[in-house]
Amino acid sequence: MGILEVKNVGKRFGGLQALGDVNLSVKENTVHAIIGPNGAGKSTLLNCLVGKLIPDTGSVMFDGQSVLGRKPFEINQMGISRVFQTPEIFGDLSVLENMLIPCFAKRDGAFSLNAITSVPSEKDVLEKAEAMLEEMNMADKRHMHAASMSRGDKRRLEIGMCLSQEPRLLLLDEPTAGMARADTNNTIDLLKEIKEQRDITIAIIEHDMHVVFSLADRITVLAQGTPLVEDDPQNIRGNPKVREAYLGESA
Amino acid sequence: MFGLDNKDTRMLLVVAVLTLCAPFILNPFPTDSAMAQFNAGYPDLMQRFVIFGIFAIGFNILFGLTGYLSFGHAAFLGVGSYSAVWMFKLLSMNVVPAILLSVVISGLFALLIGFVSLRRSGIYFSILTLAFAQMSFNLAYSVLTPITNGETGLQLTLDDPRILGVSATADGSIPVTSLFGLEMRSTFEMAVGPWAFQFNAGYYLCALILLAAFYLSIRIFRSPFGMMLRAVKSNQQRMNYTGLNTKPYTLAAFVISGMYAGLAGGLMASMDPLAGAERMQWTASGEVVLMTILGGAGTLIGPVLGAGFIKYFENIFSKINDHVLHGWFSFMPDGLEDFVVFIIHPFIGKGWHLTLGILFMLVVVFLPGGLVEGGQRIAKWVKGRKNKDDSTSATKTPAE
Repeated sequence: MGILEVKNVGKRFGGLQALGDVNLSVKENTVHAIIGPNGAGKSTLLNCLVGKLIPDTGSVMFDGQSVLGRKPFEINQMGISRVFQTPEIFGDLSVLENMLIPCFAKRDGAFSLNAITSVPSEKDVLEKAEAMLEEMNMADKRHMHAASMSRGDKRRLEIGMCLSQEPRLLLLDEPTAGMARADTNNTIDLLKEIKEQRDITIAIIEHDMHVVFSLADRITVLAQGTPLVEDDPQNIRGNPKVREAYLGESA
Repeated sequence: MFGLDNKDTRMLLVVAVLTLCAPFILNPFPTDSAMAQFNAGYPDLMQRFVIFGIFAIGFNILFGLTGYLSFGHAAFLGVGSYSAVWMFKLLSMNVVPAILLSVVISGLFALLIGFVSLRRSGIYFSILTLAFAQMSFNLAYSVLTPITNGETGLQLTLDDPRILGVSATADGSIPVTSLFGLEMRSTFEMAVGPWAFQFNAGYYLCALILLAAFYLSIRIFRSPFGMMLRAVKSNQQRMNYTGLNTKPYTLAAFVISGMYAGLAGGLMASMDPLAGAERMQWTASGEVVLMTILGGAGTLIGPVLGAGFIKYFENIFSKINDHVLHGWFSFMPDGLEDFVVFIIHPFIGKGWHLTLGILFMLVVVFLPGGLVEGGQRIAKWVKGRKNKDDSTSATKTPAE
């Protein structure tokens, strides 16, 4: 049984059946890619996993517990972190503060009225955040205004923020969308490193086949809201059904 | 010192010196001189400076940190005032229980309003708070007359059932507010040559409370909690997906700032034991927004500066009238004098709002960071000039 079990999930927006009947099982400590053409329902599926959308039917179990009906912050506290398509960071804060916030969230939970101690006096959290910045090669940028960084650095920071929470499942929503080739390759290297060094499960939604085939252990192809096929990368490449979904019947 | 870093300690000390020496600083002109009308060092006005300073500091914890713009904070000020006056009527003329009750009641009131208003953000939040404040104002003005005494305002009377204390003094007048016997209105006058400096007990109580409130706000700004509030302002989406529940954070900030407002209202009533519904009107809520933005929202000292600035304008600028202007410009030929007075007339006296409005506009357009940003720019400019001087003198030295 996988760490994430999606069973018979369906979601309808008015007349549009965004997700038909999705079954998905993500095994622990693997990288599972979800690919599919535009409008296949990839993002809808992801939003159902993190509490942004509630599916009409079916169940989503994470580590034996249902995530349905829980708010995004509760699901995150269960151990699921999400990286967004456009990096979502705290633009008005410094890079170090960006890293401190998930560390505080990990230590103090969803809410803590910690108004009397000062941030510099919280040595344990500070050390952890500094170590994570070091790991992300961003220690020299710690006092920079986060919004003023390049797209690649913002992505790196966001991934670092998610990792500092020590999640069991990391969800990546097109992590290299809109990136230059060099930034894309850097991100792939970073993710490979994470995969090798940590006990972490990664589910990734991606358009870029280069990224998918360099990272994934397992691939699910989604088309028109239903999983077309789930297989190992080498079998997906030659699968005629996948070609058809991506390139149309004439191909 | 006090768990603050050097920079914050210095700022706290500057504010301490400014407030404690205010009777000197605000009275720079001799009593008989023509400039004496610009003196602001009399107790009543100084009290207002620090009380509105406290109000603005509290407002800044909500608006400056979380970015939630409340348009109804005067409601908490009013609730604080009513609570304090009731304490004077029922319990004793000591200001301590009155101030404590005003903080508690306004905190509870803020919890209720915040709980409902914070279900929305942005403009909808502002409108909800505005609606609640107007509702409170109208309730105080009419429906709740038994509690608020309607449009007359709540006052002390000669037959108040004061449990710890007397209903009326021996000579048949209403007793005055005090701090364990120290009367709030007692003032010590010190005459130095042509100057007269006034030291008022009530003012010093307010000033000490302002310092405590300012210190607490520095601690909140520098704490993990304060950082979370800034994170709420920056990106709520990321907050939610980082396992943080934004709602209790914003609600806590709302209640804390409501309690600051209640404290200000309680102090107001302690200095002058009456409370009227007009204190809760939306113009009063707007004023604290102006103070915070004018001084610099999100900065520590900005709201205090803004409060002082606006209150000074309100009280000093509004007192300049045509007569005074004619006095100033009497050196000019008659026609020109009348013309100059005619031009300046709309900006003074009752027209001080116009001057304030123009100033506010200029600050928002050219100094979005408020007076604090203005100060920083001047400091930078001075520093830049100094460095330039240093470097030029340094290059000159070898030649000599």
